[in-house]
Amino acid sequence: MSLRQQAVALGTLSRKEYHRVVRIWGQTILPPVINMALYFVIFGNLIGSRIGRMDGFDYRQYIAPGLIMMAVITNAYGNVVSSFFSAKINRHLEEMLVAPMSNVTIVLGHMVGGMIRGVLVGLAVTLVALFFTPLPFAHPFITLSVFLMCAAIFSLGGLINGIVAKNFDDVSIIPSFVLQPLIYLGGVFYSISLLPELAQQVSRLNPILYLVNAFRFGMLGVSDVPIGFAWAMMLASLAVLFATCVLLLQRGYRIRE
Amino acid sequence: MHALSVRQLTKVYANGVRAIDGIDLEVPRGDFCALLGPNGAGKTSLIGIVTSLVRKTSGEVRVFGHDLDTEASAVKASIGVVPQEINLNLWDKVGNIVVNQAGFYGLPPARARQRAEVCLKQLQLWDKRDETARTLSGGMKRRLMIARALMHEPRLLILDEPTAGVDIEIRRSMWEFLRALNGAGTTIILTTHYLEEAENLCRNIAIIDRGRVIERGPMTEVLAKLNEEVFLLTPRQPVDVPPSLAGFEVRLNGPQELEVAMPRARSVNDLFAALSAAGIEILSLRNKANRLEELFLALTERKGEAAPPAGRARP
Repeated sequence: MSLRQQAVALGTLSRKEYHRVVRIWGQTILPPVINMALYFVIFGNLIGSRIGRMDGFDYRQYIAPGLIMMAVITNAYGNVVSSFFSAKINRHLEEMLVAPMSNVTIVLGHMVGGMIRGVLVGLAVTLVALFFTPLPFAHPFITLSVFLMCAAIFSLGGLINGIVAKNFDDVSIIPSFVLQPLIYLGGVFYSISLLPELAQQVSRLNPILYLVNAFRFGMLGVSDVPIGFAWAMMLASLAVLFATCVLLLQRGYRIRE
Repeated sequence: MHALSVRQLTKVYANGVRAIDGIDLEVPRGDFCALLGPNGAGKTSLIGIVTSLVRKTSGEVRVFGHDLDTEASAVKASIGVVPQEINLNLWDKVGNIVVNQAGFYGLPPARARQRAEVCLKQLQLWDKRDETARTLSGGMKRRLMIARALMHEPRLLILDEPTAGVDIEIRRSMWEFLRALNGAGTTIILTTHYLEEAENLCRNIAIIDRGRVIERGPMTEVLAKLNEEVFLLTPRQPVDVPPSLAGFEVRLNGPQELEVAMPRARSVNDLFAALSAAGIEILSLRNKANRLEELFLALTERKGEAAPPAGRARP
């Protein structure tokens, strides 16, 4: 299959995933937007007004980048894991496996699908945030690059989960018991400078802290972590996760008997 | 160059089951070939390996000369597959399913839409293109899987039990369609439990049992290996005791039915002469079963040793 044909296959898979996201927008786009609006109302307006300023910013402003990242992470991940696992369990994944599209194309197509949902939800949540508080977008390139890389990283994470999962429990375990705690403890609602030294050191082991702070740096210009390191870590994660996905597909892990 | 060439193919699953045990098989270009075998014989594993859904343990698979190990992309591009179980995205629209499948094979969207119209019309599904697959009947779903498999115009079409659970009328129309497709040059490999289907459609046959090919060749030659034929006769008068007919094995299935096993060396005229001599007038005669089924049972009994009863293929 030529490169041009692989591009057609990639376009087909990406379009298929996009249509899926849009077709069931009531499940894919709307709930996270409502959730984030509630976060802004409760943590931003009601509780936030008593907290005061954080790192020199109004609390609503301070939590906005973290909440946007939270929406991007959970939706990019959730989109790919549910799409891939349902295709696997209902066996229409075979449509792709019998076709000559390469494993790289299959991985890219699912990654793009997850990114589409992550970006759509992220943009919608950003609009909600702008309704509550102004956002200065201090470093637009960093904002955009972190936004897209974060969506890509967690799409790939979702794909690995979808490949490895044997049942529906396996699909919900990682988001509920790993991703959600890491997001909440990843500096979405607070600066780790408020924590005792030991807790700060432990927090620095949480990869999501770097994503949230890099995005916050892009939007507000403040961060708890070095941006260069965070950016490099994201790139490295992207490469490692992508290679892992391709390798798993090549080996047919839990896909081909 | 053969459409499919399989050499010393083996598949041992992780649980130790040896599903394929050194199969050698060649399917010529343009052939219409039947793969028969009891449940668990290895047919679906063989198809799975050829279509890249199952990893082989050892051996060689070539499709139109392309090696599955080194030219998997060319092998996949040559094959269209209709699996045994429904594997459609039931929430997707019929039109989207076939257009997407064409896209996965690299057909640009405009060409994919053209092919979708052709294939869906051929399979009488064009008016269903905007409906979701879950709203289709069982027969329509099977036809949709055939349309999907044909979108990229494969040179080799593999159908695993394509008419299972389909009513007779649709089955016959599918047979006509497959005959026409084969007539137009597409090589077809078919597995089926309907032995009548194989006998009607296929020129060549391979019988698989316990992961091995136990018989193969042109349908006529393979059927010629049957050394007897069994007829069911309805006598005009009820019969109490099976008559003794020299050279024929006769059983009484009831007062109105005689079962006669006739060696291939004898003719039906001989049988009627013997019956007349015994004073039995016959109202009607029919084959007990289709010939292929008799052969199939004979082969799997003879060579399969303790083949499990559930493994018998019956229409």
